[in-house]
Amino acid sequence: MILLPCGENGVLVELDDGTERRRLDSALRHAAVPGITEGLIIEQVPATRTVLLRTDNPQAVVDALREVDIHSLPEPDEGSAENVTIPVSYDGEDLAEVAALLGITPAEVVERHTGQVWTVEFSGFAPGFGYLLGEHHNLSVPRRSSPRTRIPPGSVGLAGDFSGVYPKASPGGWQLIGRTEVAMWDPDRQEPALLAPGKRVRFVSVDAPVGADVEAEGTR
Amino acid sequence: MTTMQVHAAGRLSLVQDLGRPGQAALGVPRGGAADHRSLALANRAVGNPGEAAGVEVLLGGLEVEFDHSTVVCVTGAPLGVTVHGKPVAFGAPVVVPAAQRLTLGAPTASLRSYLAIRGGVSVPHVLGSAGSSPTAGIGPAPLKAGDVLTVGAGERTIAAGVGSELVAAIGDPHGDLVLMATLGPRDDWFAPTAIRYLTTARWKTTPQADRVGVRLEGPVLERAVTHELPSEGVVPGSVQVPASGQPIVFGPDHPTTGGYPVIAVVREADLAALYQARPGTGLRFRVIAPRWH
Repeated sequence: MILLPCGENGVLVELDDGTERRRLDSALRHAAVPGITEGLIIEQVPATRTVLLRTDNPQAVVDALREVDIHSLPEPDEGSAENVTIPVSYDGEDLAEVAALLGITPAEVVERHTGQVWTVEFSGFAPGFGYLLGEHHNLSVPRRSSPRTRIPPGSVGLAGDFSGVYPKASPGGWQLIGRTEVAMWDPDRQEPALLAPGKRVRFVSVDAPVGADVEAEGTR
Repeated sequence: MTTMQVHAAGRLSLVQDLGRPGQAALGVPRGGAADHRSLALANRAVGNPGEAAGVEVLLGGLEVEFDHSTVVCVTGAPLGVTVHGKPVAFGAPVVVPAAQRLTLGAPTASLRSYLAIRGGVSVPHVLGSAGSSPTAGIGPAPLKAGDVLTVGAGERTIAAGVGSELVAAIGDPHGDLVLMATLGPRDDWFAPTAIRYLTTARWKTTPQADRVGVRLEGPVLERAVTHELPSEGVVPGSVQVPASGQPIVFGPDHPTTGGYPVIAVVREADLAALYQARPGTGLRFRVIAPRWH
């Protein structure tokens, strides 16, 4: 664990890998780090291998973090994580391209995408945009070499190891494999962002055969 | 209930309060007034609590009228204020009679003026703030001619006296800005010359400046580590250095994570002056220590 200054009152905590980052991020969010008292951290922003902390008392945060043995922290409790199901029409413009890059058929891309649980690793890019990491790491594709200037909201994409859903119309370079009607960001909802860090996501195909278990959770 | 009708919105007029800190984990920028202090002073002058929503007006040009007599105050970038065509005070409370037009001229310095209205502008809150972050698609849309906003639903306090403090808020645009900044978090990704240039060169603000960030012009900041940085959280004031080597200082509506290294972070107290600086303003960085060791 490396502690880096980020402004007068910020600490950027750099971890060795995503696993450590997940563990620290989760422990901080569940008040499971000794010395980090309620309200001490004003803002906590997880990312690939880092957790950014903003606080009015950086010395107290740093002192507490220096005492942390990352391996003794509890594992993120995945059982208690909130689950979200997102119905998708798999008719994205890049579906054939993604299949070709992976050397599989478009149907197999859909099978892989719907056949695993994805976890919201962190947010960024836009309000409600979650970076989702799958269990199987079998859908890794590069970004498009030339980004699109406008991607419609609800577009489901892939880039690197991640999957994501565009919350609003925006430019972007992710490979598009489908789209959903579920709003990723709705300011009128109690929790505007559907995909907060730590949530677990399952994609289901709306074109699935009759009788398939298609839920519409998360549409409320 | 009082309403405010917008006759002209100028270049960009946004409802702003103190923003929504604490939501960056959802990809939501802090937002809020680019110059907190000017908004707070305007609010105080009309007897509003500090968190009341007002209007941030970029380069003037706002024209509004109210259906009831109300009290307003304009602060920030100094400009001529008129009511029904007659000049009135800038930086002090002013009564605007019903159905008379309040006009903000063009600022003679700085970029953003603040209009506070007694009772505050009333718009639906998103994640605890009325503030508008148009690039993030959060909060009310920029004002436009024909808009009618509700005013005065907010809690009122007694109008506080305004004195010499307001004059200071108008800002002194003479000379170069000096911005205090902590080095890092990624200063070790840069060549030693980059740190020296950052801390000794005279930088200039460019026209590529908005609420997302202000691009600076100066010597190219060369990197020592050239591989790609995995995205990490950033804060307002982060001095991010993209491939061009010309830094961008993030503003209130900055993206919450970034993939280019941040060489330094400007302290919060100095950000309003930067966000208010016109293109071509000279500035220097001075290194300070973080508040931890």
